[in-house]
Amino acid sequence: MNEMQQLDTLWFVIFGVAKVLGVFTVVMLGVAYMTLAERRVSAFIQDRHGPNRVGPFGLLQPIADGIKNFIKEETMPGTAARFYFILGPTLAIMPAVVTFAVIPVASPLPTPVGTVDMIVADVPIGILYILALSSLAVYGIVLSGWASNNKYAFLGGLRASAQMISYEVALGLSVIAVLLLAGNVTLTEMVWQQQQLGLWFALPLSLAFIFFVISAFAETNRLPFDMPEAESELISGYHTEYSAMKFSMFFIAEYAHMLTASALMATLFLGGWDIPIWKGDNMFWHEGALIQGFDASGAAIPATPTVLKTLLTLAAFTVKTSFFVLLYIWVRWTLPRFRYDQVMHLGWKVMLPMSLGYVVIVAATMLVLDQVGVPFGLTYGLALTGVSAICTVAFLFFIDRDRIISGAHRRKSGRRTAGRTLASGERA
Amino acid sequence: MTEILFMVFAAVAIGGAIGVVAGRSPIASLLFMVATLASVSGIYVLFEAHFLAAIQVIVYAGAIMVLFLFVIMLLNLGHDYQRDVKTGLWAILAFAVTGLTAGILGRGFLRAGDISFYDRFGAAAAIDQAIAEQGAVGVIAEPLFTDYVVAFELTGLLLLVAIVAAVVLAKPRSAEA
Repeated sequence: MNEMQQLDTLWFVIFGVAKVLGVFTVVMLGVAYMTLAERRVSAFIQDRHGPNRVGPFGLLQPIADGIKNFIKEETMPGTAARFYFILGPTLAIMPAVVTFAVIPVASPLPTPVGTVDMIVADVPIGILYILALSSLAVYGIVLSGWASNNKYAFLGGLRASAQMISYEVALGLSVIAVLLLAGNVTLTEMVWQQQQLGLWFALPLSLAFIFFVISAFAETNRLPFDMPEAESELISGYHTEYSAMKFSMFFIAEYAHMLTASALMATLFLGGWDIPIWKGDNMFWHEGALIQGFDASGAAIPATPTVLKTLLTLAAFTVKTSFFVLLYIWVRWTLPRFRYDQVMHLGWKVMLPMSLGYVVIVAATMLVLDQVGVPFGLTYGLALTGVSAICTVAFLFFIDRDRIISGAHRRKSGRRTAGRTLASGERA
Repeated sequence: MTEILFMVFAAVAIGGAIGVVAGRSPIASLLFMVATLASVSGIYVLFEAHFLAAIQVIVYAGAIMVLFLFVIMLLNLGHDYQRDVKTGLWAILAFAVTGLTAGILGRGFLRAGDISFYDRFGAAAAIDQAIAEQGAVGVIAEPLFTDYVVAFELTGLLLLVAIVAAVVLAKPRSAEA
């Protein structure tokens, strides 16, 4: 897309191939080391050591696990639907690895033959591409659950399809708030708008951020939403019958999903590769030229991309993504699993109406700000931050219903609140 | 390049469509249907209709077909041992409708003459320009919420009525009702 204005076709193809291979390798390595991180962090949380024998600090453990999975025996249940049984893991892993393509990972890199965007494919539909492909991820899970011809696997598959459809709605609605503020759907433009606003969208759209994080947990089937593979009820759900590399593919798909979701959260709400406060890294293609921003008269200020800036912004992006990956792991080893009716209740009766209402509030606030004539900048962002903060506090009080953040007067009056569960609160 | 891709997508779409009606297992039919929808979405991308392509996948392949899959699996529909293809009058009717549609499309195609099928109205350049100005969503959103807003809202209302009706129908009758 943008490279075309700068690079000729040959170099575009060369850099395209290099970026595809590079991103794929990094995602696969990231997945491998996320499994290690998960085991080490869980060990830390539970006061254990975790895997630390293979290589220094256990750093070679993922490679040992990979080799083990390659040479283990593949089992094929006699009653399984053979073709779909093999198709399942294939369909599961495909969307997980290709969604990373539209996420910008750093500021444009200058090379002797032209400026290269640090994104595999800057497609005009950006986030919609991710939503479309991640909505296909459910097929792999459902099909493998069904093809296994095992009741636990089947129940896991059914749960996955119901859950992923339910939370896709809330996910989409929380993205709409971001789209309203960014005014476009491409992720490069979203990073640019956050740089222009001077605030990361996590602040002016705090409630959308919360909804998105919750929905992303549900979409990736991670605790507390891992109903499709709840081992205390379903053995291990949809992949009960899978072994060796086919099991590994589900595993890789799950972690690749987490990685993409983390990168997406970092891009949508924490400014992507933007380095806070420093204006020098702001860069965007505007009418065929790379600009840093607009001065008071509205004229474009040209940007100067450097290798150092690319490396620094790449580091910023990595830090932000790692933060969300750690959040995923942290939550998994902290919270217990939901009951199935609680998952559906939260999705349809809490997240859907609330996120819909929030979109209306954000749109109304933006309309007022535009009518008053506040320019798109820090004041605009702070006004939205205020409105969102009120919404967030109201939401947290509603969903909590006195259980955790009850005021001191509750405790003084001796009202029993600790024993109430979500379900009993719902009946009340 | 575009022509080759178009041929590939078109072949998959037609092959998938044949698979939908010819397959014995409902699950296989459903997956063929998904393949067809995905190929049509690929053709939309070739026509620079990126937004439509994404929506096609999100709504049809990602939501409606998953729901179908859910129902087929839950109710364990279909028989592996017998074909569900209807014959007789239905087959004649189906061929008549297909033939008519093909005739209309073929007529349009032949009239296009030496101009390439997608460049007939110089649309590609105009769409490129519009996407550059308004973004891929803006191109659709602008007419939808200005020129066609009444039709759009009415469609929304119709869907709402359908949903309410479905809920009412699915609700178990209580004793007092």
